Amino acid sequence: MNLIIKKEQWINLAIVASTLWFMWFAQTHFDEYTVRILNNIAIFTILAVSYNLINGVTGQFSLEPNGFVAIGAYVAALLLLDGDAKEYQYDIEDPYPWVLLLHANFVWALFFAGTFSAILALILSFPVFRVRGDYLAIVTLGFGFIIRIIAINNPEVTNGSLGLNDIPEYSNLYWTGGIATLAVIGILNIIYSKYGRAMKAIRDDEDAAIAMGVNTFKVKTLAFCTSAFLEGVGGGLLAALLTSISPDLFTFFFTFQLLIIIVLGGLGSTTGAIIGTILVIGGSEWMRFLDEPMNFGFMETPAMPGMRMVVFSVILIFVMLFAREGIMGKRELKDLFKKRGES
Amino acid sequence: MIKIDKLNQFYGQSHTLWDLTLELNTGNCTCLMGRNGVGKTTLAKAIMGLLPVKSGSIIYDGKDISKLSSDKRAGIGIGYVPQGREIFSQLSVKENLDIGLLGNRNGLKSVPQKIYELFPVLKEMLKRKGGDLSGGQQQQLAIARALCIEPKLLILDEPSEGIQPNIVQQIGSVIDYLTKEEKITVMLIEQKLPFARKHGDDFYIIDRGSVVANGEISQLSDDIIKQYLSV
Repeated sequence: MNLIIKKEQWINLAIVASTLWFMWFAQTHFDEYTVRILNNIAIFTILAVSYNLINGVTGQFSLEPNGFVAIGAYVAALLLLDGDAKEYQYDIEDPYPWVLLLHANFVWALFFAGTFSAILALILSFPVFRVRGDYLAIVTLGFGFIIRIIAINNPEVTNGSLGLNDIPEYSNLYWTGGIATLAVIGILNIIYSKYGRAMKAIRDDEDAAIAMGVNTFKVKTLAFCTSAFLEGVGGGLLAALLTSISPDLFTFFFTFQLLIIIVLGGLGSTTGAIIGTILVIGGSEWMRFLDEPMNFGFMETPAMPGMRMVVFSVILIFVMLFAREGIMGKRELKDLFKKRGES
Repeated sequence: MIKIDKLNQFYGQSHTLWDLTLELNTGNCTCLMGRNGVGKTTLAKAIMGLLPVKSGSIIYDGKDISKLSSDKRAGIGIGYVPQGREIFSQLSVKENLDIGLLGNRNGLKSVPQKIYELFPVLKEMLKRKGGDLSGGQQQQLAIARALCIEPKLLILDEPSEGIQPNIVQQIGSVIDYLTKEEKITVMLIEQKLPFARKHGDDFYIIDRGSVVANGEISQLSDDIIKQYLSV
């Protein structure tokens, strides 16, 4: 076995170690509000890097995240709530007996949240990836709507539009940050494996990839199911962070937000997805001061609710004008330190 | 090597290949010629499985492969260099070649040295993005990539199109090497007569989706050219 660690691996280890140290430091030293935002960033990082795998790396335009995040959130919530808590809050209809029996600890809840999403992704893959073209976008868009309608119309399972409340708040930065770190490492390992190369080949030219013997159905399905698994896990973490979920949380706007994140960061770049998450999720919180009354010394402005969204949109427009491929393009962090001409 | 019998193919309503029948001899370079739009590229794609065929058979190594899924055809040794090269523009030259290894039936793990000897320019550019190469270099990369699957049959779709003369010459000598030394069967789709005459062994002329003339390249007479190839 080769025990000598290369320079690049040292850098990776250092990045992982400092991320984990930062999570610990933030959880123990920062105030509740900051920790909350960091939790959000960590969860959205999981969602963005996994969404980027199918959309940016494999180049299959898909609009699935809200559907799989909803499934993950509901599966995790149903498993985390015990029978008494469920019986107490199901107001519209009495829950099915089996719903009351569902119970598991946090790790299993997250695992089943991811697995359930991945299995549904696998079922969707068969009709969608057998044919070529943009069917995936349409099917996944419809899928998101269907999941939401199912959640509303089956109050015996999901408590309908009231949603599920009093979910135990298990999510903290150790969980969200830890899983986000694992997700990023996992996704990068896929991207740099032979499957990752095949995914990029499909994005660049599907015909040529087939002619080279790439089983495009298998590779696309792998990317899609991996995405769905992590989105399910992210949904579970989100449920355990918010402590209450309802169908309205998982509208198309949820997917849209993730789409903005990965396009802003650079489609196909995992580093870009992380930067995009920090800017969009963190930025929209940190720019809250723009909504409040401001004193410039020579003049005072009244409170302008919504001002931060205006500023945010202007920033987005400028990024798209001057960095058409997003902030990182298709590059990763390590590509920035390479000589010109290398890729 | 490969025998195509009464192949019919449709693009929607339009009938593109009509009972097309041809046979390629092992280790020969067979030139497929014809005017634009007569079905040459369609035939190449049908052999590769990129287009479905309506009827007829494609016998390769004694087996009918017309129902075989397209990604498996690389695995049985059919290499394809599409028209317009179609290299993976966002991947580096090295990664492009590695994709070729995915379909290698012998489980080859690294790019054979021989490929760099045939295309020395690629060795200097391993880390460049495919899309940053010149047209000629991209064509060489596309051929090198197809050679990574160690093909027994190599389909080249207009490899000399839009490429500077000295690289066309190089590609020509690579074709000669592959057929004469490596005994690889080459199906060369070509519009340029001198190139076809220089490197081809046999010829097939296609018109309106079926074969109208064939034979050894020496039999390619001016009459045939006048009738089927001149515009």
